[in-house]
Amino acid sequence: MSTTTGTTGTTGAADIYATSGADAAASEGAHVFNSTGGDWDQLVDEAAALHEERIVVNMGPQHPSTHGVLRLILEIDGETVTETRAGIGYLHTGIEKNMEYRTWTQGVTFCTRMDYLAPLFNEAVFCLSVEKLLGITDQIPERASVIRVLLMELNRIGSHLVALATGGMEMGATTVMTVGFRERERILAILEMVTGLRMNHAFIRPGGVAQDLPPGAIDKVRDTIPLLRKGLHELELLLVENPVLKGRTVDVGYLDLAGCMALGITGPILRSTGLPHDLRKLDPYCGYETYDFDVITRTESDAYSRLRIRIDEMYESLKIAEQAIDRLQATPGPVMVADKKIAWPAQLAIGGDGMGNSLDHIREIMGTSMESLIHHFKLVTEGFRVPPGQAYAAVESPKGELGCHTVSDGGTRPYRAHFRDPSFNNLQATAAMCEGSQIADVIVAVASIDPVMGGVDR
Amino acid sequence: MSDAKDPQQGAEKDPTQATANSDVLGNKAADAAADKGDAVEQPAPVVAGPTTGTQPGSVIDRETGERLPAAPGTAPDPVVVGERRGMFGARDTGDTTGYGGMVSPILFPAAAVRPYGGFFDEVADQLERALVGGTASYAEAVERVVVDRGEMTLFVRREHLPAVARVLRDDPALRFEICTGVSGVHYPQEEGRELHAVYHFLSITHGGRRVRVEVTAPDADPHIPSIVETYPANDWHERETWDMFGIEFDGHPALTRILMPDDWPGHPQRKDYPLGGIPVEYKGATVPPPDQRRSYN
Repeated sequence: MSTTTGTTGTTGAADIYATSGADAAASEGAHVFNSTGGDWDQLVDEAAALHEERIVVNMGPQHPSTHGVLRLILEIDGETVTETRAGIGYLHTGIEKNMEYRTWTQGVTFCTRMDYLAPLFNEAVFCLSVEKLLGITDQIPERASVIRVLLMELNRIGSHLVALATGGMEMGATTVMTVGFRERERILAILEMVTGLRMNHAFIRPGGVAQDLPPGAIDKVRDTIPLLRKGLHELELLLVENPVLKGRTVDVGYLDLAGCMALGITGPILRSTGLPHDLRKLDPYCGYETYDFDVITRTESDAYSRLRIRIDEMYESLKIAEQAIDRLQATPGPVMVADKKIAWPAQLAIGGDGMGNSLDHIREIMGTSMESLIHHFKLVTEGFRVPPGQAYAAVESPKGELGCHTVSDGGTRPYRAHFRDPSFNNLQATAAMCEGSQIADVIVAVASIDPVMGGVDR
Repeated sequence: MSDAKDPQQGAEKDPTQATANSDVLGNKAADAAADKGDAVEQPAPVVAGPTTGTQPGSVIDRETGERLPAAPGTAPDPVVVGERRGMFGARDTGDTTGYGGMVSPILFPAAAVRPYGGFFDEVADQLERALVGGTASYAEAVERVVVDRGEMTLFVRREHLPAVARVLRDDPALRFEICTGVSGVHYPQEEGRELHAVYHFLSITHGGRRVRVEVTAPDADPHIPSIVETYPANDWHERETWDMFGIEFDGHPALTRILMPDDWPGHPQRKDYPLGGIPVEYKGATVPPPDQRRSYN
């Protein structure tokens, strides 16, 4: 962390990396103190000797309690934060730009890496948007939708667990972290079994999902749910009535309904004001209207209520996951749209050399049908064409409304894909939640927003 | 390309305020059908007819063309936003297939004809009513309305965007509380309206209604009024769109770069900005960077 009273503008004018003129002028004669941990006494004495009242602290982008590479620029007066700004962009990877140079199907592989704690939501919203462009929303097989719901709800639990775990860790409660991550491992094990990867799955594809559930997956989910419920209960006991935790979170990071509406805040933060806004109920997708679950709300509008909402939402997600596996047992069938001009030509299977195209499919395209081979080759290398136009799809990600605006010019690649990441939008509330509070509360307030910088910066 | 003018011309006589005329008439190819048939119920298949065969760069002749009765949400004549050449992305050499000379127009859904269907008519009516007495009437503010894939897009003239946004938020019959941000799109071939800013609005009060507002600006004058005053949530979204597309949102409190470094030259999401990347050598062969690879278009 570096404590500064402004930056010193000593670099030459020709240097393109120099600070801008305005900054240099404003910080003329300002003092910069750098601290890399250790003993602060000397630093404090030095700063106090200057009788400087306005102190600007750069918290981040490398500070461990800012959720990755978030940079908070705090102006402080003693322990009180008088002004907060969030600096982002340190993890910008140009995912949206890159997607314009790959096929629609390959786009999934990029967008899954945005909000890396909720990869399946990124994939789902992109696919829903592409399917809307293709006009095949109604043709997605029932089983594919149920698998999507199952995976998204498991992923929601995983994301909320990380939110609680890292939030606890930032307050110094390392047991919360270990319990949270331990429970998340159970979910990652299921996701790995189903998709092959713990993160960045690229499993949900335009038209359905990449592959049907492997044998034993339903049993594994069924066996894991009671364990998860037990683990969640343990976490609940550890957190809910913990006096230290309540002391740190109650009435901290307050943002009321009017503030949420003005700042476009969605997700647990909005629900902590008492508004039962959940896109799964308001604007259902993937058949959410047919599942039985409750939208959790509280009315305290603070960090503690958001934490409680996240815990309760995980139980609701387990309820949905249970209903989903019941349906999966009852509804066999394809997991990819029937239109062969869109559907990925092969289902994967385990062969002698690992996972790959199923042997039946290889036999067909290599041995019996030249047309199948051509079709496979064309669809995999060229991709499918999407009729020109634009579409917007939105899902309720663990953090709020995750939107995807896609534009097609009729080609095999997105003309434009834009993601409205909830973390990006919600981080704007940092100032409203933190100003006037203590520095320690900033950590709690940011943790209650639960930003994931991969999603914020994309 | 002269096509670019087309949407604007169309807007002048755009039938958005026109009624659900079942005898509003369609384009040339459909004339015969319209004359013969008493009520043409299915105009959709006719749509691509007159445009696909035209020379590149030509505009659908809408002066003489008449309009067909359209089913809700269907568009009588699509908007040509560009053209596609060839099939394999090869520009200079290598394409011996004969497909290299193929030219086809890129057709975007055009103005919708009343009734739009769903809640879209109500939104349009209420917006028209709410704009009365303001700085601009509905006809002045809204260039055209497109209903496509179950979504409504209002093309709003940029100078009237703040007024429209204010009404969308404040009017009890509209009440779009949340603006879920702005997304830029760059259409370099659309002369005079290269930059598009696409806003999505969500109304929780009215049960999850969504409406899209699209605003355009020319590359030469990339200014669009900011709506941060009405929707503070758009603060970062507008900064991102400035950063990525170079659209200047006038009236934004602090329009600075947000994702790219402060001193970054250029606006990366524009179509004239290269993706970047270096060629990769593998076993003696070279793989060019993704934006220079030959690929299907």
